[in-house]
Amino acid sequence: MKIRIKFSKRGNIRFIGHLDMMRYFQKCMRRADIPIRYSDGFSPHQIMSFAAPLGLGTESDAEYMDIEITEDIDRAEAVKRLNDVMCDGVKVLDWKVMPDNSKTAMSQMESADYLVICGDVELAPLQKDEIPVTKENKKTGESKTVDIKPMIYEIHKVPEGVFMHIAQGSSANLKPSAVMELLGTGYDRIIRKEIYDSNGLTL
Amino acid sequence: MDKTFLSEDILLKVDKPARYIGNEINMCIKDPAEVDIRIAFCFPDVYEIGMSNIGMQIIYGMFNAREDTYCERVFSPWFDLDAIMRERHIPLFTLETQTPVRELDMLAFTMGYEMCYTNILQVLDLSGIPMYASDRTDSDPIVFGGGTCAYNPEPIADFFDFLYIGEAETRYDMVLDLFRKHKGDRKTFLREVSHIEGIYVPSLYEPAYNEDGTLRAFTPKYEDVPARVKRQTVIDMDSVRFIDRPVVPFIKVTQDRVVLEIMRGCIRGCRFCQAGMIYRPQREHSAEYLKKYAVKMLEITGADEISLSSLSSSDYSGIKELLDFLIEYTSKKKVNISLPSLRIDAFSLDVMNKVQDVKKSSLTFAAEAGTQRLRDVINKGITEEDIMSGSLEAFKGGWNKVKMYFMLGLPTETDEDRNGIGELCERIAENYYTIPREERNGKVQIQASSSFFVPKPFTPFQWAGMKTAAEYTEMAHQVKDHIREQLNQKCIRYAWHDPEVSVLEGVFARGDRRLSELIVTAYRNGCMYDAWSDSFRADLWKKSFEECGISPDFYNRERETDELLPWDFIDIGVSREFLEREWNNARLGRVTPNCRQQCAGCGARSFEGGVCFEDKN
Ligand code: SF4
Repeated sequence: MKIRIKFSKRGNIRFIGHLDMMRYFQKCMRRADIPIRYSDGFSPHQIMSFAAPLGLGTESDAEYMDIEITEDIDRAEAVKRLNDVMCDGVKVLDWKVMPDNSKTAMSQMESADYLVICGDVELAPLQKDEIPVTKENKKTGESKTVDIKPMIYEIHKVPEGVFMHIAQGSSANLKPSAVMELLGTGYDRIIRKEIYDSNGLTL
Repeated sequence: MDKTFLSEDILLKVDKPARYIGNEINMCIKDPAEVDIRIAFCFPDVYEIGMSNIGMQIIYGMFNAREDTYCERVFSPWFDLDAIMRERHIPLFTLETQTPVRELDMLAFTMGYEMCYTNILQVLDLSGIPMYASDRTDSDPIVFGGGTCAYNPEPIADFFDFLYIGEAETRYDMVLDLFRKHKGDRKTFLREVSHIEGIYVPSLYEPAYNEDGTLRAFTPKYEDVPARVKRQTVIDMDSVRFIDRPVVPFIKVTQDRVVLEIMRGCIRGCRFCQAGMIYRPQREHSAEYLKKYAVKMLEITGADEISLSSLSSSDYSGIKELLDFLIEYTSKKKVNISLPSLRIDAFSLDVMNKVQDVKKSSLTFAAEAGTQRLRDVINKGITEEDIMSGSLEAFKGGWNKVKMYFMLGLPTETDEDRNGIGELCERIAENYYTIPREERNGKVQIQASSSFFVPKPFTPFQWAGMKTAAEYTEMAHQVKDHIREQLNQKCIRYAWHDPEVSVLEGVFARGDRRLSELIVTAYRNGCMYDAWSDSFRADLWKKSFEECGISPDFYNRERETDELLPWDFIDIGVSREFLEREWNNARLGRVTPNCRQQCAGCGARSFEGGVCFEDKN
């Protein structure tokens, strides 16, 4: 049975990288005695995948993780058991049974909302028809110019700083830090607020 | 807790910021205002190494079990952060409450290897605590230490206010009670604490030297200070409390698993092995205790692997019962078992077959020496017959990888012994090819490696001489050349440790108080993380020796049995007479039976427990 778990990652835990978060959750599954499915073989590992790695230092109110379980478990009970073993800063928000043929969160993800906490900022540099950005591929040394304007679906000021809805998926991917770089402003914190699929629905 | 001592820009700049933020599962949280004693507890190496240390977890749990005490952790900052801290004058801080170490009442070190000594200075220095105990005042924390290195504490004695000799479980409550009473009065506390058995206060003792540099006398400065310090030992192992809340790191640490300490001490009596002497007698946990403990630890940590820890797990009398239980439990729970230090025989092969992928795993033989003669000298109770029959059985079961561990530079060692290493490996390879081709799992792969013999205090070899780095390197080359002459040389790989490190280890292992100056000089010259081959700086150490006018040869020479040794004031329970007798037996090539075969009268019986009283009415 496929399960999608939503959780938040706030506070100091933002300094824990993606791979370590996976290891953290693997241990949590054991501590909470979740009947998670394992791969076969001599060193079985848990069937578990995340929607998208979160950069070191970034917080999130909406992280998604897919697992499989071998026996059904009540939603509220599962959320409670997991939250009982979480560390400060990580909270399980939802536990959802997915259809057997559903795609992984990783492949569904197309865009995300971010809140960037920062001082006053001028959004004018983005009010253009095209925003070409040149990126160099570190391995090949080739550089490529892409227009990132179509990847910014929405951006506006909020009391805390800037809110943006940008493309994040396999076809187009933009980093919130790259947008901030274009604006030429520093920032205190980036918080991922939500992740959406191609239909604009939350994962 | 959402507080970090380091700023965001620093944490995002350094490698693995998780090393410095605490907040792990099971981290102890207390209100510092509610306790009387605040201890910073340090393993002087990087976080991933320190957090893998079972002793650290035991003591952390033990101190925090006291209501009046809050013990927090601190580790050596890695090079990147170390540089930033120096540049910006940031003091070293604890993980739990992110408080400068200097603000706490005590700073404790646990020391497992000599190569951590410069890191002790790094921690003191970054904390803003004077390195030398004699420079500290009542406003400085009390600095104390324990662990394996405390059995010859002299090279680091000047840095410590007191040292604890022995196993932590027995006396620390008394020490902390006393500290609470005399908090703020360093002088009174240190004088009083020296009366507790097992506690050594270096400033209360005075060494005197002969003209040739050897020790003439080592005496307490006052009459009430005991002349000998007696090592502390737990007798009833099951009385030791569980580590009930082991801290579970976020990042991958060296031992990312539950470590089950099944016993302390060893019955074997290998003559080079310090652990085999200083932890005598062998004392076991009951299988019942261990089963309960294993389950509880796995449940509370969520670890996916458990490993047994002891000096020689096959000698644990409940090994079958324990492993039967663990194999069943872990296969249900999808937990791996790792089994270091099991003797290769039918039983262990059967166990390994159940818990490992035979194709990938390897057999390990700690033969230590290439010939039976030399194995008799070092009292290593493994015979060629054991190796041959064990490996043959394993080869038939599908194994094809063998790891062989040797030591070079052992007392009485000759060319023949060194050549014996290659020849033994060759016979193992030939052994493999005696099984029919269709039963073989490809080619045999033998990985031999040598470390260099380092004489350690409280072993029968504490008087033995050590070779120079150049001689060691030559020996290793001789072994390698001889391996290349073997028929199956293509199946044998050979590697050796850095001899410079071993030579330095030898100096500290048998050093005296005059070495503190050397350690400070080396640290000032930039030495740190000497246990890491990438950061070990042989050139800087050489320079430091010269600057201090100290010669490694003085410390690594062979010693006479009538010489007063810097660690002789410590009473480990194993008598000097026994060690001397064993030193003689070694040179005569005489084997001493293990404790279960026949008691050799080492003196440890005085602890009134353990193997000495097994099955004896
Ligand atoms: S007294 Fe005898 S049995 Fe006990 S540790 Fe010593 S040699 Fe072994």
